[in-house]
Amino acid sequence: MSFEAFMIVAAVLFCIGLYGSLARRNVLAVLMSIELMFNAVNVTLVAMAKYLAPASLQQDISTVLTGQVFAVFIITVAAAEIALGLGIVFAMYRTNESVDLTEASAMRH
Amino acid sequence: MLFQDVVFWLLTVVAVGSALGVVLIRDLFRAALLLVAVFVSVGGYFILLSAEFLAVVQVLIYAGAIAVLIIFAVMLTRDVQRGNPPNRLQIPAAVLAALLLAALVTVAIDTQWNLLPEGEQQAVDLVQTAAVADIPVESLEQAGVTESGEQAAAQEAGLADLLIGRFVLPFEAVSVLLLAALIGALALVRPRGREGDAAATPSGPGAD
Repeated sequence: MSFEAFMIVAAVLFCIGLYGSLARRNVLAVLMSIELMFNAVNVTLVAMAKYLAPASLQQDISTVLTGQVFAVFIITVAAAEIALGLGIVFAMYRTNESVDLTEASAMRH
Repeated sequence: MLFQDVVFWLLTVVAVGSALGVVLIRDLFRAALLLVAVFVSVGGYFILLSAEFLAVVQVLIYAGAIAVLIIFAVMLTRDVQRGNPPNRLQIPAAVLAALLLAALVTVAIDTQWNLLPEGEQQAVDLVQTAAVADIPVESLEQAGVTESGEQAAAQEAGLADLLIGRFVLPFEAVSVLLLAALIGALALVRPRGREGDAAATPSGPGAD
Protein backbone atom coordinates (compact mmCIF):
# COMPACT_ATOMS: atom_id res chain seq x y z
CA MET A 1 0.00 0.00 0.00
CA SER A 2 2.35 2.68 -1.23
CA PHE A 3 1.71 6.21 -2.41
CA GLU A 4 1.86 5.09 -6.04
CA ALA A 5 -0.85 2.49 -5.38
CA PHE A 6 -3.23 5.21 -4.25
CA MET A 7 -2.37 7.36 -7.27
CA ILE A 8 -2.99 4.45 -9.65
CA VAL A 9 -6.31 3.55 -8.04
CA ALA A 10 -7.40 7.18 -8.23
CA ALA A 11 -6.36 7.29 -11.90
CA VAL A 12 -8.41 4.15 -12.61
CA LEU A 13 -11.47 5.63 -10.90
CA PHE A 14 -11.03 8.92 -12.77
CA CYS A 15 -10.75 7.21 -16.16
CA ILE A 16 -13.80 5.05 -15.48
CA GLY A 17 -15.69 8.24 -14.66
CA LEU A 18 -14.38 9.92 -17.79
CA TYR A 19 -15.50 7.02 -19.95
CA GLY A 20 -18.93 7.01 -18.32
CA SER A 21 -19.45 10.72 -18.70
CA LEU A 22 -18.57 10.58 -22.40
CA ALA A 23 -20.22 7.33 -23.46
CA ARG A 24 -23.60 7.30 -21.70
CA ARG A 25 -26.82 8.74 -23.06
CA ASN A 26 -28.68 9.16 -19.79
CA VAL A 27 -28.05 12.47 -18.01
CA LEU A 28 -28.22 10.85 -14.59
CA ALA A 29 -25.55 8.31 -15.57
CA VAL A 30 -23.35 11.19 -16.72
CA LEU A 31 -23.85 12.97 -13.38
CA MET A 32 -22.92 9.78 -11.51
CA SER A 33 -19.75 9.44 -13.60
CA ILE A 34 -18.82 13.04 -12.77
CA GLU A 35 -19.19 12.19 -9.08
CA LEU A 36 -16.80 9.29 -9.64
CA MET A 37 -14.23 11.73 -11.04
CA PHE A 38 -14.66 14.07 -8.05
CA ASN A 39 -14.02 11.16 -5.70
CA ALA A 40 -10.89 10.11 -7.60
CA VAL A 41 -9.48 13.63 -7.28
CA ASN A 42 -10.24 13.67 -3.55
CA VAL A 43 -8.36 10.39 -3.05
CA THR A 44 -5.38 11.90 -4.90
CA LEU A 45 -5.37 15.03 -2.77
CA VAL A 46 -5.61 13.21 0.55
CA ALA A 47 -2.94 10.68 -0.48
CA MET A 48 -0.61 13.53 -1.43
CA ALA A 49 -1.30 15.22 1.90
CA LYS A 50 -0.30 12.06 3.75
CA TYR A 51 2.73 10.89 1.79
CA LEU A 52 4.39 13.95 0.27
CA ALA A 53 6.55 16.44 2.15
CA PRO A 54 5.45 20.06 1.70
CA ALA A 55 8.27 22.56 1.29
CA SER A 56 7.33 24.45 4.46
CA LEU A 57 6.95 21.37 6.67
CA GLN A 58 9.70 22.46 9.05
CA GLN A 59 8.25 25.93 9.67
CA ASP A 60 4.61 24.97 9.99
CA ILE A 61 3.37 21.44 10.66
CA SER A 62 -0.21 22.42 9.76
CA THR A 63 0.71 22.50 6.05
CA VAL A 64 0.27 18.71 6.04
CA LEU A 65 -3.47 19.35 6.32
CA THR A 66 -3.72 21.48 3.17
CA GLY A 67 -4.73 18.54 0.99
CA GLN A 68 -7.57 17.67 3.34
CA VAL A 69 -8.78 21.29 3.28
CA PHE A 70 -8.83 21.11 -0.52
CA ALA A 71 -10.83 17.87 -0.33
CA VAL A 72 -13.37 19.56 1.96
CA PHE A 73 -13.81 22.34 -0.59
CA ILE A 74 -14.18 19.83 -3.43
CA ILE A 75 -16.86 17.92 -1.53
CA THR A 76 -18.74 21.19 -1.00
CA VAL A 77 -18.49 22.14 -4.66
CA ALA A 78 -19.62 18.63 -5.64
CA ALA A 79 -22.69 18.99 -3.45
CA ALA A 80 -23.55 22.32 -5.09
CA GLU A 81 -22.90 20.78 -8.51
CA ILE A 82 -25.20 17.81 -7.95
CA ALA A 83 -28.00 20.03 -6.62
CA LEU A 84 -27.83 22.29 -9.67
CA GLY A 85 -27.31 19.37 -12.04
CA LEU A 86 -30.42 17.59 -10.80
CA GLY A 87 -32.36 20.86 -11.10
CA ILE A 88 -31.30 21.02 -14.75
CA VAL A 89 -32.21 17.33 -15.22
CA PHE A 90 -35.71 17.94 -13.89
CA ALA A 91 -36.18 21.03 -16.08
CA MET A 92 -35.01 18.99 -19.07
CA TYR A 93 -37.31 16.09 -18.15
CA ARG A 94 -40.27 18.48 -17.99
CA THR A 95 -39.62 19.99 -21.41
CA ASN A 96 -38.37 16.88 -23.25
CA GLU A 97 -40.24 14.10 -21.41
CA SER A 98 -36.90 12.28 -21.41
CA VAL A 99 -33.47 12.37 -19.81
CA ASP A 100 -31.71 11.24 -22.98
CA LEU A 101 -28.80 13.53 -23.83
CA THR A 102 -29.05 12.90 -27.57
CA GLU A 103 -32.57 14.30 -27.55
CA ALA A 104 -31.56 17.51 -25.78
CA SER A 105 -31.19 19.46 -29.00
CA ALA A 106 -33.10 22.65 -28.17
CA MET A 107 -29.88 24.72 -28.16
CA ARG A 108 -28.28 23.00 -31.15
CA HIS A 109 -27.79 25.14 -34.18
CA MET B 1 1.14 -3.06 7.72
CA LEU B 2 -0.13 -6.36 6.36
CA PHE B 3 -3.61 -5.70 7.69
CA GLN B 4 -3.68 -2.29 6.02
CA ASP B 5 -2.57 -3.85 2.73
CA VAL B 6 -5.40 -6.37 2.89
CA VAL B 7 -7.91 -3.61 3.62
CA PHE B 8 -6.49 -1.53 0.79
CA TRP B 9 -6.85 -4.30 -1.80
CA LEU B 10 -10.34 -5.20 -0.58
CA LEU B 11 -11.39 -1.56 -0.91
CA THR B 12 -9.78 -1.38 -4.33
CA VAL B 13 -11.66 -4.43 -5.59
CA VAL B 14 -14.95 -2.99 -4.30
CA ALA B 15 -14.27 0.53 -5.57
CA VAL B 16 -13.08 -0.37 -9.08
CA GLY B 17 -15.67 -3.11 -9.52
CA SER B 18 -18.53 -0.89 -8.44
CA ALA B 19 -17.24 2.01 -10.53
CA LEU B 20 -17.19 -0.24 -13.59
CA GLY B 21 -20.71 -1.30 -12.71
CA VAL B 22 -21.83 2.34 -12.47
CA VAL B 23 -20.73 3.09 -16.02
CA LEU B 24 -21.56 -0.26 -17.63
CA ILE B 25 -24.80 -1.51 -16.07
CA ARG B 26 -28.03 -0.74 -17.91
CA ASP B 27 -30.33 -0.46 -14.90
CA LEU B 28 -29.90 3.08 -13.57
CA PHE B 29 -31.19 2.25 -10.11
CA ARG B 30 -28.61 -0.50 -9.64
CA ALA B 31 -25.96 1.90 -10.95
CA ALA B 32 -26.95 4.41 -8.27
CA LEU B 33 -26.67 1.73 -5.57
CA LEU B 34 -23.23 0.73 -6.88
CA LEU B 35 -22.27 4.39 -6.74
CA VAL B 36 -23.00 4.28 -2.99
CA ALA B 37 -20.56 1.36 -2.74
CA VAL B 38 -17.90 3.46 -4.47
CA PHE B 39 -18.52 6.36 -2.08
CA VAL B 40 -18.24 4.12 0.99
CA SER B 41 -15.04 2.50 -0.22
CA VAL B 42 -13.54 5.92 -0.94
CA GLY B 43 -14.44 6.75 2.67
CA GLY B 44 -12.45 3.65 3.61
CA TYR B 45 -9.48 5.01 1.63
CA PHE B 46 -9.75 8.22 3.64
CA ILE B 47 -9.49 6.25 6.89
CA LEU B 48 -6.42 4.42 5.54
CA LEU B 49 -4.98 7.82 4.62
CA SER B 50 -5.49 9.06 8.20
CA ALA B 51 -8.23 11.52 7.23
CA GLU B 52 -10.97 10.41 9.61
CA PHE B 53 -12.88 13.66 9.47
CA LEU B 54 -13.04 13.46 5.68
CA ALA B 55 -14.19 9.85 5.91
CA VAL B 56 -17.12 10.90 8.07
CA VAL B 57 -17.90 13.80 5.75
CA GLN B 58 -17.69 11.45 2.78
CA VAL B 59 -20.22 9.04 4.27
CA LEU B 60 -22.53 11.84 5.42
CA ILE B 61 -22.51 13.97 2.28
CA TYR B 62 -21.78 11.53 -0.55
CA ALA B 63 -23.25 8.24 0.66
CA GLY B 64 -26.00 10.12 2.49
CA ALA B 65 -27.10 13.29 0.78
CA ILE B 66 -25.84 13.00 -2.79
CA ALA B 67 -26.77 9.31 -3.18
CA VAL B 68 -30.28 9.98 -1.90
CA LEU B 69 -30.63 12.90 -4.32
CA ILE B 70 -29.49 10.76 -7.26
CA ILE B 71 -31.77 7.85 -6.32
CA PHE B 72 -34.68 10.28 -6.02
CA ALA B 73 -33.89 11.63 -9.46
CA VAL B 74 -33.67 8.11 -10.92
CA MET B 75 -37.07 7.28 -9.44
CA LEU B 76 -38.69 10.48 -10.68
CA THR B 77 -37.33 10.48 -14.24
CA ARG B 78 -37.04 6.80 -14.95
CA ASP B 79 -36.99 5.85 -18.61
CA VAL B 80 -38.10 2.26 -18.00
CA GLN B 81 -38.11 1.15 -21.62
CA ARG B 82 -34.72 2.52 -22.46
CA GLY B 83 -32.55 2.04 -19.38
CA ASN B 84 -29.10 3.47 -19.86
CA PRO B 85 -27.83 2.83 -23.37
CA PRO B 86 -24.41 3.98 -24.57
CA ASN B 87 -24.21 6.64 -27.25
CA ARG B 88 -22.23 6.73 -30.47
CA LEU B 89 -19.09 7.96 -28.71
CA GLN B 90 -18.55 4.67 -26.89
CA ILE B 91 -15.38 3.53 -28.66
CA PRO B 92 -13.67 6.96 -28.83
CA ALA B 93 -14.52 7.48 -25.15
CA ALA B 94 -13.02 4.11 -24.21
CA VAL B 95 -9.87 4.86 -26.22
CA LEU B 96 -9.54 8.31 -24.65
CA ALA B 97 -10.03 6.96 -21.14
CA ALA B 98 -7.49 4.17 -21.73
CA LEU B 99 -4.93 6.64 -23.11
CA LEU B 100 -5.43 8.98 -20.15
CA LEU B 101 -5.12 6.05 -17.76
CA ALA B 102 -1.86 4.96 -19.38
CA ALA B 103 -0.51 8.52 -19.16
CA LEU B 104 -1.55 8.95 -15.52
CA VAL B 105 -0.09 5.61 -14.44
CA THR B 106 3.17 6.34 -16.25
CA VAL B 107 3.42 9.72 -14.54
CA ALA B 108 2.55 8.27 -11.12
CA ILE B 109 5.27 5.64 -11.41
CA ASP B 110 7.94 7.69 -13.16
CA THR B 111 7.82 10.87 -11.11
CA GLN B 112 10.42 11.33 -8.38
CA TRP B 113 7.94 12.12 -5.62
CA ASN B 114 9.25 14.23 -2.75
CA LEU B 115 8.12 11.71 -0.16
CA LEU B 116 8.06 12.40 3.55
CA PRO B 117 11.13 11.16 5.46
CA GLU B 118 10.42 7.92 7.32
CA GLY B 119 10.89 9.48 10.74
CA GLU B 120 8.30 12.18 10.20
CA GLN B 121 5.51 10.01 8.84
CA GLN B 122 4.25 9.12 12.31
CA ALA B 123 4.05 12.74 13.48
CA VAL B 124 2.28 13.78 10.27
CA ASP B 125 -0.19 10.91 10.67
CA LEU B 126 -0.86 12.04 14.22
CA VAL B 127 -1.53 15.64 13.19
CA GLN B 128 -3.79 14.53 10.33
CA THR B 129 -5.68 11.96 12.38
CA ALA B 130 -6.30 14.34 15.25
CA ALA B 131 -7.23 17.17 12.92
CA VAL B 132 -10.26 18.14 14.98
CA ALA B 133 -9.11 17.14 18.49
CA ASP B 134 -6.25 17.67 20.92
CA ILE B 135 -3.25 15.35 20.71
CA PRO B 136 -1.91 14.07 24.04
CA VAL B 137 1.72 14.96 24.71
CA GLU B 138 2.62 11.31 25.32
CA SER B 139 1.60 10.21 21.81
CA LEU B 140 3.55 13.13 20.35
CA GLU B 141 6.64 12.00 22.19
CA GLN B 142 6.09 8.44 20.96
CA ALA B 143 5.95 9.82 17.43
CA GLY B 144 9.30 11.51 17.88
CA VAL B 145 8.14 15.09 18.44
CA THR B 146 9.99 15.95 21.65
CA GLU B 147 10.71 19.69 21.39
CA SER B 148 8.08 21.75 23.23
CA GLY B 149 7.73 24.30 20.42
CA GLU B 150 7.12 21.53 17.87
CA GLN B 151 4.65 19.88 20.22
CA ALA B 152 2.70 23.11 20.59
CA ALA B 153 2.63 23.59 16.82
CA ALA B 154 1.43 20.02 16.27
CA GLN B 155 -1.30 20.46 18.85
CA GLU B 156 -2.47 23.73 17.33
CA ALA B 157 -2.63 22.33 13.80
CA GLY B 158 -6.20 21.46 12.91
CA LEU B 159 -8.52 21.26 9.96
CA ALA B 160 -11.03 23.61 11.57
CA ASP B 161 -8.34 26.17 12.41
CA LEU B 162 -7.11 26.09 8.82
CA LEU B 163 -10.63 26.45 7.43
CA ILE B 164 -11.37 29.61 9.39
CA GLY B 165 -7.77 30.78 9.45
CA ARG B 166 -5.56 30.61 6.40
CA PHE B 167 -8.36 29.43 4.09
CA VAL B 168 -11.06 31.77 5.34
CA LEU B 169 -11.49 33.50 1.97
CA PRO B 170 -12.20 30.31 -0.03
CA PHE B 171 -14.38 29.19 2.87
CA GLU B 172 -16.57 32.29 2.56
CA ALA B 173 -16.55 32.01 -1.25
CA VAL B 174 -17.80 28.44 -0.95
CA SER B 175 -20.62 29.54 1.34
CA VAL B 176 -21.67 32.11 -1.27
CA LEU B 177 -21.44 29.37 -3.91
CA LEU B 178 -23.74 27.12 -1.87
CA LEU B 179 -26.25 29.97 -1.51
CA ALA B 180 -26.11 30.62 -5.26
CA ALA B 181 -26.59 26.91 -5.99
CA LEU B 182 -29.58 26.81 -3.64
CA ILE B 183 -31.24 29.79 -5.31
CA GLY B 184 -30.36 28.46 -8.76
CA ALA B 185 -31.82 25.02 -8.07
CA LEU B 186 -35.01 26.61 -6.75
CA ALA B 187 -35.28 28.87 -9.80
CA LEU B 188 -34.73 25.90 -12.14
CA VAL B 189 -37.40 23.59 -10.72
CA ARG B 190 -40.13 26.04 -9.71
CA PRO B 191 -43.39 25.63 -11.64
CA ARG B 192 -43.64 27.96 -14.58
CA GLY B 193 -46.62 30.10 -15.63
CA ARG B 194 -48.67 29.81 -18.81
CA GLU B 195 -46.23 31.64 -21.09
CA GLY B 196 -43.33 29.66 -19.63
CA ASP B 197 -45.07 26.42 -20.59
CA ALA B 198 -45.70 27.67 -24.10
CA ALA B 199 -42.06 28.68 -24.53
CA ALA B 200 -40.89 25.34 -23.16
CA THR B 201 -42.84 23.18 -25.60
CA PRO B 202 -40.39 20.82 -27.28
CA SER B 203 -39.54 21.91 -30.77
CA GLY B 204 -37.45 20.08 -33.31
CA PRO B 205 -33.99 21.20 -34.37
CA GLY B 206 -34.07 24.23 -36.61
CA ALA B 207 -37.60 25.22 -35.57
CA ASP B 208 -36.78 28.89 -34.91
